[in-house]
Amino acid sequence: MEVLLFGISKELMGQQVLSLPVDSKIANVLELKRWILNQYPEMGNLNSFAIAVDQEYADDETPVSGNQEIALIPPVSGG
Amino acid sequence: MKKITLVDQINLNEVYSWLQDPAAGGINLFIGNVRNHAQGKAVVKLEFEGYKPMALREMEKLAAAAMEKWPIKKLLMVHALGSKQIGEPVVVIGTATAHRKDAFEASRFLIDELKNKVPIWKKEYFADQTVWVNAHP
Repeated sequence: MEVLLFGISKELMGQQVLSLPVDSKIANVLELKRWILNQYPEMGNLNSFAIAVDQEYADDETPVSGNQEIALIPPVSGG
Repeated sequence: MKKITLVDQINLNEVYSWLQDPAAGGINLFIGNVRNHAQGKAVVKLEFEGYKPMALREMEKLAAAAMEKWPIKKLLMVHALGSKQIGEPVVVIGTATAHRKDAFEASRFLIDELKNKVPIWKKEYFADQTVWVNAHP
């Protein structure tokens, strides 16, 4: 599973795309968020972050898998 | 009719021309510019990054919601990405309606919601540091 990174998360995690190990057994958004916070504790300093699945904001229960487009959305600041 | 785009540079003449409509008595144009200061410090420049396909989808959703709520003849949302200098326009919201009240209200809704939801990120460059806006408490 891969996760697209943007803005500050790209800098904090030092890469453009996060590749999750095959054995990470992540089934939904909540598990993905927990895995990210565990691997990259500095992400916990952000105001918040969201996960988008196939270009839609996803809630914690949304299932995730390797054939979807998954993105980490740090606090937005457009406009 | 609506037009939603992400561009390198905003052309205000083009934007205004596109919004013209013989049935519209009011055209409301909100232009967000690069400000020269933030948190009391001088800003040198800004950089905008976007998750383009999702940003466009979210902008489309906001436009559809606005067109359902207000009788809009024309609606335009344009956001610039990349490096922006002080004074440059970075976002434009345009609404053309028969009467001004609807244009004001719809534009206000669109810019407020864009700032809340659309996946675009602003990085402020100061003389001594850079800051991703809104990232930290």
